[in-house]
Amino acid sequence: MSVAIKVENLSKQYQLRHQKQQRYVALRDVITNKAASAWRGIREIGKTKSISADLTRETFWALKDINLEIEQGDRIGIIGRNGAGKSTLLKLLSRIIEPTTGKISINGRISSLLEVGTGFHPELTGRENVYLNGAILGMRHNEIKRKFDQIVAFADVERFLDTPVKHYSSGMYMRLAFSVAAHLDPEILVVDEVLAVGDAQFQKKCLGKMKEVGSEGRTVLFVSHNMDAITAFCNRGVVLGQGEVIFDGDVARARSEYLRQSTSKHVSVENNSGRGGSGGVNVEWVGVETPEGGPKNEILVGDSLRVGLKASVADELRTRKDIQVAFGIDSEDGTRHFTFLSSWIDFTLDVSAGSINLQWYIESVPLVPGRYLISATVLFQGETLDSVQHCAEFRVSVPQKHMHIERLQGWGVLDLSCKIFNR
Amino acid sequence: MANTLNSENQFTLVIEAGRADRHYWLDIWRYRDLFFFLVWRDILVRYKQTVIGIAWVVIRPILTMLVFTLVFGKLAKLPSEGVPYSLMVFSGMLPWFFFSSALSESSNSMVTNSNLLSKIYFPRIIVPISAIIVCLVDFFLSFLVLVPFMFYYGLFPDWKVITIPFFLLLAIMASLGCGLWLSALNIKYRDFRFILPFIVQIGLYVSPVGFSSNIVPEKWRLLYSVNPMVGVIDGFRWALLGGNFKLYLPGLYASIVLTLIVFMTGLSYFRRTERTFADLL
Repeated sequence: MSVAIKVENLSKQYQLRHQKQQRYVALRDVITNKAASAWRGIREIGKTKSISADLTRETFWALKDINLEIEQGDRIGIIGRNGAGKSTLLKLLSRIIEPTTGKISINGRISSLLEVGTGFHPELTGRENVYLNGAILGMRHNEIKRKFDQIVAFADVERFLDTPVKHYSSGMYMRLAFSVAAHLDPEILVVDEVLAVGDAQFQKKCLGKMKEVGSEGRTVLFVSHNMDAITAFCNRGVVLGQGEVIFDGDVARARSEYLRQSTSKHVSVENNSGRGGSGGVNVEWVGVETPEGGPKNEILVGDSLRVGLKASVADELRTRKDIQVAFGIDSEDGTRHFTFLSSWIDFTLDVSAGSINLQWYIESVPLVPGRYLISATVLFQGETLDSVQHCAEFRVSVPQKHMHIERLQGWGVLDLSCKIFNR
Repeated sequence: MANTLNSENQFTLVIEAGRADRHYWLDIWRYRDLFFFLVWRDILVRYKQTVIGIAWVVIRPILTMLVFTLVFGKLAKLPSEGVPYSLMVFSGMLPWFFFSSALSESSNSMVTNSNLLSKIYFPRIIVPISAIIVCLVDFFLSFLVLVPFMFYYGLFPDWKVITIPFFLLLAIMASLGCGLWLSALNIKYRDFRFILPFIVQIGLYVSPVGFSSNIVPEKWRLLYSVNPMVGVIDGFRWALLGGNFKLYLPGLYASIVLTLIVFMTGLSYFRRTERTFADLL
């Protein structure tokens, strides 16, 4: 087996700017800051060492000294919490950003899929976008031409080929976008969390396609939060945490390692360690409520559950009708028990006031007694705007203590209301 | 030693800090399909999104020409070197409009394509260049308007018309040079976005678009020609209209030298900062 990717002592450093939370630097600020620090410098001549102007800066290692050797044909799942450095690693491998130190050697044609539908232009037709996106993903013109029919058939959008994609439903859009990507023909494929989009059937189709790619002996690096997808697809797992490799080896063990470290003891929206997203929405509060909106953290088995969420929405998103909210319920060990996406039911999230204030209601929660953690994500067209993992908790208990029967490990997680009859 | 060399060779791609530029020009060739599609996309989108589409590139210079002819020719009664004033304005406006739109489009191109820059690798220089190609298409379309105009006034260009590509190349290099500077700076300091329209506006008046550069006093002429567009516009008029337009050679050389300086420094600044673009976006 020959080595496909060799990563040696790879590190990536970022400088954090704490000052005023600016998204970008403006020249006027640079000038004013420089002037201010020069003034400070002048005043402090003869005194102690002048305070550097970089007070507001802090260096941050997104990746620290990563060493990996990936064999040809390996299917590697890269897991870790948000901010663990997964995306940074993929971006480095795709040459989008440059390492601060270290070296990556790649043997083979590499394609990376960090986002589905990069470069799709809403004004262009489906046909035009296939060609454009193909070129963006690195396909040759002839290659796209040859595979065009396959791509369209996989996406199942033949009838709308000459319609601008802005008229597509989001499902059609994602299908077409993924379909182009799925017909890439690289020796090494790098995939970021792209399966998190689309409906269940489509996700299944995508995973099927990924398996096909894997079974052809190609090398795949796959980032996902979907542990089931990772275990089903990968033969090796790499767990990242705070920029370092915490575990590298068998995928099942990687999974339990990840789950172990991902269950945090502090559950709140503030200081949420599993926070991430591209911004635009800022989740401010998530909590379990009484029907009147008061706080609550304990319910009885089979009771209803109300989860409130408050968030602020940036002005440019206020007119959007297709922002979605997702909730997840995990057990204390991090196993996902239930996921809910607001687009599954007929619901339009009202963000016109520049804020989100909603209540998620489950009529009956048939979970066994224990502690459960809630995660919430706000999405827009498949992109995560803000996500808080394990940001609220609740306890499920039984009405009377003596009715509680201790369930053994492996007895299941549901507490269904049952009756039994003699016939 | 030989051993390590061998193991280096077995890899098709090595990524290291500061190593990105090794195969830079080869990479541009490798990514020619992407380049072609970006140009094609921008042209398609440009003419799809505007209601009047192609007509726009024709209407805009004609309207500006009318205003300039009225203000500078009829009201201020500036000389026009023996050709109709409107024709003089139009032949100067063609390269100017190309330059100004190429400059603004290329400067903003990195920010408008930031989603691409942060998701895939390609030689970044493709983006500002493709923006300029789109403007070049506009230029050719509005150039076609000039032809019936010249017919109407009975003016036929002589052999000098073959020098037009040279002056156009000068305009391309000037706009690309400035565009590379500004697009790189625009990523780092986003307020360049506000400075740019200002530069373009001032440029319109300090370049001889609405008037002939002959009205500039002789002793200031060389200094005036430091503006690269002076050489280009004068060259266009000289090549197309004949009349009393003469090439002021020292001025042309000054324009060429300055264009080359801007182009080379712009290119090197862009190349130097390029690898950090995705970090800054």
